[in-house]
Amino acid sequence: MQMSARVLPHAGLSPTPSKKETTLRQVMKMAVAATAASLALAACSSSGTTTPTATSGSTGGGAAAIKVGMAYDVGGRGDQSFNDAAAAGLDKAAKELGISSKEASAANGEAESAREERLQQLIDAGYTNIVAVGFAYADSVKKVAATNKNVKFALVDSTGAQGANIENITFAEHEGSFLVGAAAALKSKTGKIGFVGGVEMDLIKKFEAGFTAGAKAVNPNIKVSVKYLTQPPDMSGFGSVDKGKLAAEGMYQDGADVVYHAAGGSGGGVFTAAKAAGKWAIGVDSDQAASPSLASVKDVIITSMLKKVDVGVYDFIKSVKDGTFKSGEKVFNLKSNGVGYSTTGGQVDDIKAKLDDLKQQIVDGKITVPTKP
Amino acid sequence: MKLSPRRILMGAAAPVLSIVVAMVVTSIILLIARDPVGDVWAQLLKVPNPRLLIAIGNSAVVLYLSAVAVAIGFRMNLFNIGVDGQYRVAAFAAATFGGQAWLPGWLNIIVSLVVAMGAGALWAGIAGWLKVKRGVSEVISTIMLNAIATYLVAFLLQKVAMSAEGSNVSSTKKLPESSRVPGIPVTIGEQQREIYGLLFLAVLVGFLYWFVLNKTRFGFDLRATGGSETAAVASGVEVKKMVLTSMICSGAVAGLVGMPLLFGQDYAYGSTFQPGLGFAGIAVALLGRNHHLGMAFAALVWGFLDQQSNGLQINAGVSDRLVGVIQGVIVLSVVIAYELVRRANIALEQRNVAAALAAEKAKTQRDAAEVSA
Repeated sequence: MQMSARVLPHAGLSPTPSKKETTLRQVMKMAVAATAASLALAACSSSGTTTPTATSGSTGGGAAAIKVGMAYDVGGRGDQSFNDAAAAGLDKAAKELGISSKEASAANGEAESAREERLQQLIDAGYTNIVAVGFAYADSVKKVAATNKNVKFALVDSTGAQGANIENITFAEHEGSFLVGAAAALKSKTGKIGFVGGVEMDLIKKFEAGFTAGAKAVNPNIKVSVKYLTQPPDMSGFGSVDKGKLAAEGMYQDGADVVYHAAGGSGGGVFTAAKAAGKWAIGVDSDQAASPSLASVKDVIITSMLKKVDVGVYDFIKSVKDGTFKSGEKVFNLKSNGVGYSTTGGQVDDIKAKLDDLKQQIVDGKITVPTKP
Repeated sequence: MKLSPRRILMGAAAPVLSIVVAMVVTSIILLIARDPVGDVWAQLLKVPNPRLLIAIGNSAVVLYLSAVAVAIGFRMNLFNIGVDGQYRVAAFAAATFGGQAWLPGWLNIIVSLVVAMGAGALWAGIAGWLKVKRGVSEVISTIMLNAIATYLVAFLLQKVAMSAEGSNVSSTKKLPESSRVPGIPVTIGEQQREIYGLLFLAVLVGFLYWFVLNKTRFGFDLRATGGSETAAVASGVEVKKMVLTSMICSGAVAGLVGMPLLFGQDYAYGSTFQPGLGFAGIAVALLGRNHHLGMAFAALVWGFLDQQSNGLQINAGVSDRLVGVIQGVIVLSVVIAYELVRRANIALEQRNVAAALAAEKAKTQRDAAEVSA
């Protein structure tokens, strides 16, 4: 038992009595402490900036203001990543289109019914245009959309639910990743590059597949080391700066000089490691070199693969307002400029012509980018 | 044990005290966070709508199974933190087996349940075996086995996964229609919803838990070992055998945790299968004080709080993390309240005994005085 007291330092245990036998009450006390600690940790994990889900309403829209309900994935607004990108689209719509909105986010380890309930409660509260952020919502959107035919849904990252009132916003992440893969290979002096994925799942493998293919397209001999931070259902790989740092450090020490991350909030660690090693990194989802919170490491971010979730969300809201809503899959790829690469900092200016040439070849269908590694 | 007014008062004191403490502490936290205290309590104390009631019931079914699995260990002085890993290994095994549809209809369900129990028992048995043979604390080994389970299941899932195009979710083959457990239709008001058909399984497990622990020789040995190992040895209990057996029983029940989800909702094990139920089970077992009915009540409370997350966000405008805080506060208040009441009880008993002794002593002295006189 004394051993166990040591592995649970956060549990705040009093020194275990040295008598050999532990009583049931001691085990129970330890269990309590551990449970309370884990709950407390769960409560304060994810993002540092706890943004209460306030109604970012607007009064300018008049009586006919569009009411948008946002259902975020785990992490919610303030995750510096995927959810924040969706939130940016909502904020833009609130400013420009005069909509009112209500936001709610998923809890870690919640039941499937809780997701359904979230969508339904948003609808009950009068928010009849729903944006479901993340593929985990597919099943619940399918169910809720079937019983609420007058409500319009946007489902991000999944075609798992389809219907006359559902728009599926999907992204060709592999195409964007292909371009940054090419950029990494063109910039690399050592012939070694790395990929850090947040959680090993199909969606993130698309990033890896595109990145590797892009790198090999310009340098067939390049070595790509790949590391995933966690395995599902452990989603902490998207929010662990320490894990990202450790993985990237290993790659840089191993000779890699450019590392691309598709790891959400863990990416901060990759940039820190790049800065410390004097090497380069590539950002993901948003233009990370332009992000104020990453200003201290922006010089190591040579480019970022852009996945314009904000555009997808904004377009959906706009289409609802304009009455041009269309159900079905809406693919955001290179052709529609839904994915791409950023040029902030000017570090890829010298290879821009080459990258744009590759982009054109993908758009023209001359290059087909694989979606699986 | 006769019922005296004092016993009844003491029995009621702990739950009442814990509820009061939980409410006060939560309100203080809300005030500090500048959240609307009134709105939060209005939301929490509102009678849930029928849809939500069923969702709470369904959550409780799953949580109850998990709590019983944990409680079996607790009663024996074993802290099985590994329920989380055990139920995931088991759910994967059962989903893989059931998905193959080697057996027809109901037979497939029953054998799949046995497979799940076997897989859970095996996974927990490793920890039991390590404790018996090598003296490894089950706290440490089960934590490690949780991590191993995550990687093992993720690895195996990749081998057998079928992923629908565009859904971004990989999962095992779906169970055939004939091997799904239909829900029990419940009509509340105008709404018709379904509660998991495997509710009966939770009831059965709860009954067996009560029966085996309280009415059998095995149960007596288990409780005796939990109460005092040395006393158990002295009365002829083979402690090592008991450790292994109870760990295996705990694991077998843990194996059933995911079954209502598998057979009544998801029909496959995939990357969106509900995680974290094992840890919630620890909290529910603590809250229910390892009592077969207490845990059922606690599971309902926990399920209620889980499902309130959406309402709190949407109707009261507070962060989803607050629900985690409230849950933690409740567990702590319950434990503190019971401890306070227990101490008060002991103090009261001591005073009674002391008074009785003093009276006795005074009487003998008086008698002695009379004799000598």
